[in-house]
Amino acid sequence: MNHLVSLVSGLLFAAGLVLGGMTQPLKVIGFLDFTGGSWDPSLAFVMGGALVVYGIAFRLITRRDKPVLADRFQIPTRRDLPPRLFVGASLFGIGWALAGFCPGPAVVAAGSGMTEAFLFLPGMAGGMLLFRAWDQRQARRQAGGGAGGALA
Amino acid sequence: MENFTPLASTIGGVLIGLSAAIMMLFHGRIAGISGIVGGLLGPKPGEVGWRLTFVVGLVAGGLLLGFAHPGGFAVEVTRSPIAIVSAGVIVGFGTRLGSGCTSGHGVCGISRFSRRSILATLTFMGTGALTAAVVTHALGGSL
Repeated sequence: MNHLVSLVSGLLFAAGLVLGGMTQPLKVIGFLDFTGGSWDPSLAFVMGGALVVYGIAFRLITRRDKPVLADRFQIPTRRDLPPRLFVGASLFGIGWALAGFCPGPAVVAAGSGMTEAFLFLPGMAGGMLLFRAWDQRQARRQAGGGAGGALA
Repeated sequence: MENFTPLASTIGGVLIGLSAAIMMLFHGRIAGISGIVGGLLGPKPGEVGWRLTFVVGLVAGGLLLGFAHPGGFAVEVTRSPIAIVSAGVIVGFGTRLGSGCTSGHGVCGISRFSRRSILATLTFMGTGALTAAVVTHALGGSL
């Protein structure tokens, strides 16, 4: 049941991205590029549709004591605004505009056999592993260095 | 705006919202793709199954729709392989450093009125727009 729910959710997510045009790099870049002369606002409509549905659903769902198949809701609680939030988001935006892919559409596009996705995804996995190695080194340094404000 | 698809894109967004709602209702989890994929690269016990089946759903969706609706996967941009791999590295590192991408921050976070997610989304939209403008005007539209 656990796996079936995740599978159905993944399929729906994929269908939403494809129908929304987000697996076409030109549509994504066409949204980000306000200055190109043929601006394509479609991405804003994808986000708008998702925000309305999830915004309402999230509030109704979290009135429950717990999820249907788990012990508790795991909702982010952090409220701090460290430099890494902004540096990370800045980098993400740059990479997103360079290729026209964010993580979800890249995974879905790989399923369709799109060559570009098979270039993007290994790079993305490499970037994630690189982050993990860097983050662990930072954590060790801070533990070893004793006092001092945490970057994160 | 010749490529603008308001209706299809809104319906696509509704499906994404429903998918994220299912993850919250049943698993109590945020449907953030970079977090779900990132969790598979440094797996912890009990954290693999639901992530893997979700990703399998994404890939299977792409496979099925690739046959049913090949136009949904048109590329139409000129990018060299090295540019695409580099973009992937930057997206992978950046999304983990910034704790999220378009789905986790842009959809799930903004829906919760999370200040972190609203600011992260404004930031990646901003650098994305700037980068796209530089590619179009300074680099002639191809990489």
